[in-house]
Amino acid sequence: MLVVLFILIPLLAGLGIFFTRNEGQAKVASLGISLVLLAITLYAMYQPAGSELTTYTRIWLGSLNSNFSFQLDGLGKITTLLTAVSFPLIFMATWSNHYKDASQYYALMLLTQAGLMGVFLSTDALLFYFFWELALIPAYFLCSKWGGEKRIQVAFKFFIYTFTGSLLMLVGIIYLYFKTPDLSFAWESFKQVQLTVTEQTWFFWFFFVAFAIKMPIFPFHTWQPDTYEQAPTSTTMVLSGVMVKMGLFGVARWLLPVFPDMATKMATPIIIICIVGMLYASLIAMRQDSIKRLIAYSSIAHIGLMCAAFFVNNAYAYEGAILQLFNHGVNIIGLWIVVDIIERQTGIRNMKELGGLAQKAPWMATLFVVVALANIALPLTNAFIGEFLMFNGLFEYNPWFAVLAGISIILAAVYTLGMIQKVFYGATISQPVIKDLNKAEALAMLTIIALILIVGVYPGPMMKLGQQSMEAIQVAMMP
Amino acid sequence: MNLILFAGFLGVVMMITGLLVKNDRAITYLAIVGIALLFFLNMLEMSTGPLLNLPVKDMLVTSKFGLLMNGIMLMATLLYFIVSGKHIEMVGKHVPEYYALIFFVLAGAGLATSFNNLLMLFLGIEIISIPLYILTGADKRNLKSNEASLKYFLMGAFSTGVMLLGIAFIYGGTGSISISKISVPESPLSLHLITGVLLLLISMAFKVSAAPFHFWTPDVYDGAPTVFSAFMATIVKVAAFAAFIQLFAGATGIFPSQKWKLVISVIIALTLVIGNITAVFQQSVKRMLAYSSIAQAGFMMFAVFSYNYISTEGILIYAAAYCFATIGLFAVLLKMEDYTFNGFNGLAKKQPALAAMATVFLLSLAGIPLIAGFFGKYYMVASALSKGGSYLWLVILAMICAAISVFYYFRVIQAMYFKDAQTDAPDILPTSLAFKYGLFVLAIFTLAIGIMPQLLLQYLYF
Repeated sequence: MLVVLFILIPLLAGLGIFFTRNEGQAKVASLGISLVLLAITLYAMYQPAGSELTTYTRIWLGSLNSNFSFQLDGLGKITTLLTAVSFPLIFMATWSNHYKDASQYYALMLLTQAGLMGVFLSTDALLFYFFWELALIPAYFLCSKWGGEKRIQVAFKFFIYTFTGSLLMLVGIIYLYFKTPDLSFAWESFKQVQLTVTEQTWFFWFFFVAFAIKMPIFPFHTWQPDTYEQAPTSTTMVLSGVMVKMGLFGVARWLLPVFPDMATKMATPIIIICIVGMLYASLIAMRQDSIKRLIAYSSIAHIGLMCAAFFVNNAYAYEGAILQLFNHGVNIIGLWIVVDIIERQTGIRNMKELGGLAQKAPWMATLFVVVALANIALPLTNAFIGEFLMFNGLFEYNPWFAVLAGISIILAAVYTLGMIQKVFYGATISQPVIKDLNKAEALAMLTIIALILIVGVYPGPMMKLGQQSMEAIQVAMMP
Repeated sequence: MNLILFAGFLGVVMMITGLLVKNDRAITYLAIVGIALLFFLNMLEMSTGPLLNLPVKDMLVTSKFGLLMNGIMLMATLLYFIVSGKHIEMVGKHVPEYYALIFFVLAGAGLATSFNNLLMLFLGIEIISIPLYILTGADKRNLKSNEASLKYFLMGAFSTGVMLLGIAFIYGGTGSISISKISVPESPLSLHLITGVLLLLISMAFKVSAAPFHFWTPDVYDGAPTVFSAFMATIVKVAAFAAFIQLFAGATGIFPSQKWKLVISVIIALTLVIGNITAVFQQSVKRMLAYSSIAQAGFMMFAVFSYNYISTEGILIYAAAYCFATIGLFAVLLKMEDYTFNGFNGLAKKQPALAAMATVFLLSLAGIPLIAGFFGKYYMVASALSKGGSYLWLVILAMICAAISVFYYFRVIQAMYFKDAQTDAPDILPTSLAFKYGLFVLAIFTLAIGIMPQLLLQYLYF
């Protein structure tokens, strides 16, 4: 029952905020709502799996045998926690941003959150597809209305890409539905589907492409840097921090358990694609001058590793990848917060034109460096735990893959440290005056850093949350 | 049965009233009352049977499906009169006649959903078509309207001829024109029967504007007075589809082989590709909607392709979703001074409620979940996949075309929300209260069917 609130609260609040009169009201209301939701989520984290509070089923389309069924399991706990944590952070960090038609902006943000929560909770394939699209529509409006100059074309590209992918997934969902023993969309029934090898090959790729576009991994990534650059930064935070996890979540929840044989068979080509993508994205990131594009490409590299880790069929790697779902989201939001502040105050996003910001804004520089170090997975930070486990798993699968993927970590250090140097150190730029973090921004950054260090030093509780789902996947994968 | 009788009767009533009453507004109100009465009578027939039992010699059969289809068409017409009645009055001087013609079309639609005999099919299609030729040319002083009318008449007459030829061949092959008799041929199909059915298929494809028999559609919809294009693109098209399905559902005996499926699948593929690709390149929203109606017909053809219980449910949802959304969009379009995409620039600023409702209609046509159009597409695809993946290529093609359709539907959304109007752009025409509420009801229906399709489907079974 409790899980319904995860979706209902942001959905209703979002619809309500459309009618608020001024920016202040919308801001306060959305921050308040997202904090309430965070509190509920934290409470739900302590509920054991399968308890009445964490499941909800209600008949929806009787004739199709599709139900409103939600369940909060290990994987869902990690991703819903990430969703619940990110939105208050984003609202806090962008408190001083001003948007035209602010009430619409905040309403759409909350609707996106409702869609995301639905994706992470539904255990019914048709419902999953619904929320998958429902998260996309408000995000599309956010990008096209409040973004940069080329926003309309770029957001449209993003929309068409993901929509095409999800339509293929829909064909897969309908086909599998007719193959289920009890003609049902339930996750449990989907897992029992028996398909011939040809069918498996087709529909495995249908699902995979839909998820790969969303993540995105090479070669489906071309919408991503443009969209991250053009979207308003707080939307970019949602897209890169939470929404890309939909793709990875889809792999873990729907692809691996439903197509266990094919996932094992196709693992090598997929891992190769991921590693090629990691190296490719890292190399491109090194040549970027825009901070936003740099972070966008660095995200492609990180996501590639996580996707590869889901396919190596190995306990360490799953554990690492599931943990990293949370870590990557938190870290990248931290990076965007600082980029947003710099861009808002100076109007510059090219690294060449920036420099020496550390002198004027020492707090910002220090906190940014910590987040950036987490981004390159330095020990004691959260990403280290995740990436270490993933590399461990990758090494067991094939040592050469681990070596090749490892190169991208080195490259990550090169471009991340290079960025810090160019932006915060070196010759001071003269004209734009930059102020240090204000209270709300500092609070958001400190929360992120606290999360980075806590998970980095003591990952136990987080890993426990994810463990259950890992067992579920393993049972499916290794009969 | 009620619909056929009373629609014809009301048509005559409208004509006589035209002689007595000179107030156009009053005529519109009368038409609205009339259509509401028809809707009520149709619903009454669903629950208790027809008011009059006429000896039809088994030439007409009433089915739940047909009555529900009538119900959708009547509800759509009712809302169409409410939102666009003002514009029907503005077309020309003969307002009561326009309404009378529309009632006659509905009588034909009643035949098209209940025929059990090819003669009745012919009559139904003709009763639908002939008033439409007149309505297309209703804007007498406009050359484009005249041209469209003539074009429509010539092409329509030709396809009717083809249909008659087909019926004659079928009669030659089986010795009967009753659907129940021809659907069980004893021996292997004779050449006469195959030719006849093929000709019938072609003429029906013409009526629903499926490729490659679609060429008349954009010109006629573009040339006709916009308010009548809305009627032709929605209610008439649905009636033609109802007839198409009725025909091929009854004639299952003639279609045992996969060969017919192949023919129909080629028609679907062509319709989808041509409709969607051409729509992308249109500059006028009116023409875009004309091509979109071709593209949507491609999806509706799936109901003919894979005739089973899923497609029967699906075509009802699709018909309702398509009718409500397209009527709503045409109603919004009628309020525009400028029919190009740029005419919609900045509409969300000036008319936020109107823009929001138009967005619902566009998202529905594009097939976004939780809005009616999605379930239409869902059922169509599901009906084709229910027997396995032998036509997977067609389904994938359909999905790619659905993705292409996003291009042109979202262009309107982009114009409304993300672009600013030019400063000297004319304001939209004044909107009445009835228009706003009618549009709101259409939007609510579109959303309600999208969230709970069983609200509509339950009538099929109880």
